[in-house]
Amino acid sequence: MIYTVSVIVLYLLVIGYLGYVGYRQTKSSQDFMVAGRKIHPLVMALSYGATFISTAAIVGFGGAAGQLGMGILWLTFLNIFVGVFIAFLFFGKRTRKMGHNLDAHTFPELLGERFNSRFIQTFTGIIIFIFMPIYAAAVLKGGVAFLESFFNMPFEPALLLFVSIVAIYVSMGGLKGVMYTDAFQGSIMFLGMVFLLILTYGRLGGVVSAHNQLTELFNNPQVQEQTKGLIQGGFRGWTSMPEFNSPIWWSLVTSIVMGVGIGVLAQPQLVVRFMTVKSNRELNRAVVSGGVFILMMTGVAFLMGALSNVVFFENTGEVASAVGVDNIIPQYISSYVPEWFGTIFLLSLLAAGMSTLSSLFHTMGTAIGRDVYQKGLGKKGNSLLITRIGLMIVIVISTILTWLSNDLDISMAIIARGTSLFMGLAAATFLPAYIGAIYFKTMPKAAAIWGIVSGFASSFIWIFFINRTNATSLQLSRLIFGKPFLVEGTSIEFVSQYDAVIIALPVSIIVTGAVWLIYKLMNQKDIEDIHVNKCFKGI
Amino acid sequence: MLGIEDFWVWSVYLLCILSTGACVVYGVLNWNKGGE
Repeated sequence: MIYTVSVIVLYLLVIGYLGYVGYRQTKSSQDFMVAGRKIHPLVMALSYGATFISTAAIVGFGGAAGQLGMGILWLTFLNIFVGVFIAFLFFGKRTRKMGHNLDAHTFPELLGERFNSRFIQTFTGIIIFIFMPIYAAAVLKGGVAFLESFFNMPFEPALLLFVSIVAIYVSMGGLKGVMYTDAFQGSIMFLGMVFLLILTYGRLGGVVSAHNQLTELFNNPQVQEQTKGLIQGGFRGWTSMPEFNSPIWWSLVTSIVMGVGIGVLAQPQLVVRFMTVKSNRELNRAVVSGGVFILMMTGVAFLMGALSNVVFFENTGEVASAVGVDNIIPQYISSYVPEWFGTIFLLSLLAAGMSTLSSLFHTMGTAIGRDVYQKGLGKKGNSLLITRIGLMIVIVISTILTWLSNDLDISMAIIARGTSLFMGLAAATFLPAYIGAIYFKTMPKAAAIWGIVSGFASSFIWIFFINRTNATSLQLSRLIFGKPFLVEGTSIEFVSQYDAVIIALPVSIIVTGAVWLIYKLMNQKDIEDIHVNKCFKGI
Repeated sequence: MLGIEDFWVWSVYLLCILSTGACVVYGVLNWNKGGE
């Protein structure tokens, strides 16, 4: 225990020091919001990865892998190929240059300035301000749960301690403080995962032997009995994909893999990272560490989640999900790996929660301070001070939301779903406008506005009223219509298993394209050529 | 393949490693490009 506490105290001291370095280097609003546009590529890549991967991603999705198997590795592939390779090279370079041309400090400002639209900047800022606190509360809940279980701390003090630490270094150090601490936290996470990979494969006799044991485990009659509920839903073992078109297949492919895998492209807190480097060379270099980092984070968490079934069954005669999906990873760490590693892994999870939360706080603070208050309402004043006040407001809101959620039975699985819910919403709302902004000079402002509004509206309706899992747990449909989800008992009830992103994203794309086509047929333009040329200068 | 029978699972296992390799190779080949 003394060893664990001293390691964590040392960790907090380093975080404090890096936050102070960020504070000393923050002189202007450009420093606070885009880290002065001169961040080192390794820091940028680690910060991007550590922001993307939260405690919920490791524990929640790792637990889902323990239940559903290695098919979830499709998410790892998308995270690397779409989330790093495509994002850095095909989105990052243009975003960096255009952000600089337009002097944009935030993602809403980039879209708003590109389309010369105050509405886009304000509306995007408001969506972030309203929906990101739910995601932040989910991440916060995950971090606090660990302080509670490992140190037997009561919920309220654990929550206040966790929030205070993050709030201090985000509000003082701005994005520089956030990115320096992210890079340190990302390094700890990387170390933790490397050890976990070696320990688990080593314990099971190597890669092929481990996979063989996991394949054979499913043929065991006891296991067939324990997983019969899952088998009815389409489960076919931990080294197989679920049966095509089964409920589990739809949940895995549309909600987990597609929602998060594509949603990463339009995450405001990740897009802003591209605007923190000074040239394309930094992005070329960041791809190397970004790709390796994401492979080690999600790849290892998902593999270990699935392989833990072999270890659990050897020791308890039960499959991993018998301990509860949320408890698979924590239980595996506390029972079946050496004690010294438990501390490193605990620190990795703490770092994962803090690094994601700090970026969400920063993004929400700049959204309400700069995008809504300063640009949307046209208020003048000290930009740095206004952003810091905005930051404090969103931190208080997120903390209250987390505190209120303590009375609800919220599990890590729901937290993982909350993550995919926000990422899906962001993809459907922002992605068509974002692609249009950086790739198409002729895209009219009206097409971007209608795409954003239709993507948001269809996402909102599908999440709250149609999708069985989300609508049932969010309760709004029951409150208004007296049914857990609107299509219950109708001939089209099967659509309730589809995730919002596979409905709302096509809607947003079609609406954007239709408005664009109308403008083209009418030979109309709503943005001056001189402004468009300024946006695309050097691209 | 690799102790995994399902094509869709062993192929994605390899794809994860290959896509990481693509990131590394691209980054190394373009290490000094784009810094104008």
